[in-house]
Amino acid sequence: MSEKLIDARDTFCPGPLMELITHMKQAQVGDTLELLSTDEGSGADVPEWVHKVGHELVSTEKVEGVWHIKIRKAK
Amino acid sequence: MRILVVGGGTGGTIVANNLARRLAGEIRSGRVKIRMLSASDKHMYQPGLLYVAFGQMMPDELYRDQASLLESSIEFHVDPVEKFLLDQNKVVTRSGKTYEYDILVMATGSRIVPESIPGLAEGAETFYSEAGAVKLFKKLREFEGGRIALVVGVPHKCPIAPVEAIFSLHDYLKARGIRDKCTIKYHYPIGRLHTIKEVATWVKPHFERMGIEHETLFNIKEVDVENKVVRSEEGTESPYDLLIAIPPHRGMAVVEQNGMGEGGWIPTDRFRLTMNGHDNVYVVGDTTNLPVSKTGSAAHFEAEVISDNIASMIKIGAPVRDYDGKVYCFIETGHDSATYAMFNYQNPPDLKEPNKPMHWFKTSYNKMYWTSVRGLL
Repeated sequence: MSEKLIDARDTFCPGPLMELITHMKQAQVGDTLELLSTDEGSGADVPEWVHKVGHELVSTEKVEGVWHIKIRKAK
Repeated sequence: MRILVVGGGTGGTIVANNLARRLAGEIRSGRVKIRMLSASDKHMYQPGLLYVAFGQMMPDELYRDQASLLESSIEFHVDPVEKFLLDQNKVVTRSGKTYEYDILVMATGSRIVPESIPGLAEGAETFYSEAGAVKLFKKLREFEGGRIALVVGVPHKCPIAPVEAIFSLHDYLKARGIRDKCTIKYHYPIGRLHTIKEVATWVKPHFERMGIEHETLFNIKEVDVENKVVRSEEGTESPYDLLIAIPPHRGMAVVEQNGMGEGGWIPTDRFRLTMNGHDNVYVVGDTTNLPVSKTGSAAHFEAEVISDNIASMIKIGAPVRDYDGKVYCFIETGHDSATYAMFNYQNPPDLKEPNKPMHWFKTSYNKMYWTSVRGLL
């Protein structure tokens, strides 16, 4: 089990969720990924994808304009 | 000062040529030596593959001899690197030769890995290789109607390509007079039609006008070739008669084999474009792990920053500028119009309505690329 930080701040393409999907494919089941994003939409669209695909949303918080979203790979 | 460029794609070639020109005096006096090691003696204009897939370019138009694109002062060898000994500032090539360097430029690029998704290589057509683009064109030419599905792997090079493919497909089928016998369904990995919000908003009415069906939050899990169904990680499925895939990519295997980056992507400083922990190693184009589009355009603008900074380090001992994330992508919107998306780390693109002059500019750029990659444009 490892923890990994994905710094997707200030990026429009490929964008935070696409970055997360890329890293999720490289991760092992049980790994935790923390996504940093300055995209306002990440607070909604990342949890939506995590829920739909069946991973575990560990935490979501916004600190000084940056979303910190932790996800555990479940499958 | 020995500068070694590994990789002869867009980024590596522009870095090498720009340096050869900026450091011409230093090279003449023997103070600087530039070498390039590449896996191929050919250079491919990869954006041309989309045109090959729709019968608008022939494959041989996409190639030039790599040596013909390089300044004469650059020493060029077709001899791919197999070992990177970063702590010793040297590399070992497939032929067994060892090359030492003071500055290394990593420009090894990326590769498609359709085999990483069950059934994708067997069941889907793609235009991300010469053979694939030709095969797709022949399939389209024989197609008489039915369900066409386009799916998108992650990560992928040229993020605009899925949208361009839909526009081209619509125009191609219309020109053949069979558009009304076909459905086109676009599948995308995240919850909107494109990863750039402004592109997603702009393209939506165009998809509606063309009658394009779409499903978002669709990440390819597997292709059931026998039953002609593509399934998603999210639990849905789409039947197809013709499946077109933007294949997932990885960095080059040699990067992973040398422990230089997970997935073959090298951890890179987003402003200086140096490899993390190695100030004398620069990384350009697809090879980086940056959250930046994997496109020739990004490679081009990164290459300009890298070559300016290496040259200034040699001349005055300091870099002169940072990479600001600049990318400029043409967007072909069918066979007779186009627009573009330009953005950087701080500013999103402002999409304009497609027009014919922008398409003519793009078709001109398809030829001008050879000037661009020589570092002249």
